[in-house]
Amino acid sequence: MESVISSSKNKYDAVLMSAIKQALPIVLGYLPVGFAYGVLARKAGLSIDNTVLMSLIVFAGSAQFIAVGLLASGASALSVIITTFIVNLRHLLMSAALSPYLKKWTKLELAIFSFQLTDESFAVHSTRFSNGDMSKSETYLINSIAQAAWVGGTVLGIFSSTLITDVKPMGLDYALPAMFIALLIFQIKDKSHVIVGLTTGILSTALVLGGSGQWNVIIATLIGATLGVAISWTRN
Amino acid sequence: MDQKLILFTLVGMMAVTYIPRLLPALTLSSRELPPVIVKWLSYVPTAVLSAMLVPSLIAPEGSISLGFDNIYFWVAIPTFAVAMFTRNFFGTVAVGMGLVAAVRYFL
Repeated sequence: MESVISSSKNKYDAVLMSAIKQALPIVLGYLPVGFAYGVLARKAGLSIDNTVLMSLIVFAGSAQFIAVGLLASGASALSVIITTFIVNLRHLLMSAALSPYLKKWTKLELAIFSFQLTDESFAVHSTRFSNGDMSKSETYLINSIAQAAWVGGTVLGIFSSTLITDVKPMGLDYALPAMFIALLIFQIKDKSHVIVGLTTGILSTALVLGGSGQWNVIIATLIGATLGVAISWTRN
Repeated sequence: MDQKLILFTLVGMMAVTYIPRLLPALTLSSRELPPVIVKWLSYVPTAVLSAMLVPSLIAPEGSISLGFDNIYFWVAIPTFAVAMFTRNFFGTVAVGMGLVAAVRYFL
């Protein structure tokens, strides 16, 4: 009996260690960005409760930064929610891409897994799943360690926000652009992605200058993705 | 700021974030999407990230600015290079923020 307990404990330790190892790059990325979010949200006037709650129930880095910026500029709740929807619509594709691996999962298991699906966890799981590494407990552990880092970074940012009078000398205001640069580069698979990226970026800028408000993101994205399909058609 | 209104906003944000994360996993595991939709969706991440990023780099104050006072744009160049050559998320974010901090400190 004792040996059964100790061997199952060893197995649990092995799963935990493996999850920590795989979640580590995400943790290193989330801590400083979560920190920047915590500082900026407090500076923008969100309460401590709402700042933490956003990291707990929304858990979407870029959308959280954009929401904080919009709330600070006095945008309406509806426009914040619509912008969040547009910005996070990309997770639709990630969820769709992982779905073939999740056939044997129950609806409840899928509901828990999807809640913590982010750009970074998608990157880790799509690699793991395609290698046949489908352990559910390890999957949940990786996601939970990642979100703990995000919430932990947020809390550290909240504590530091009173000490930091200006986020600019630390470059914290550049956390989001730098994160987008990294994620964008990771998306580039071939020349068509470069063309789509450049065109969409220029179009989006033109729309902003033309006074489109927050709609520049969705309009430019719809046209940019359609251009991508057109390019891949003319190539074949 | 009205914190109660923000709380409602957060709940709305949660719903519109969670549904796109959940629905495909829940519904698609048993069916195939038309290839053109799959192809279109495969360009969405590149497009959406560029659409959010580029205006903040070349027109951070709402008008085109490529002079040396626009450090967002100039720091983006080495930051892109770091992302491309290291493929490291944390390293890229750290270099970007570090360079912006350094430029502001030294210049």
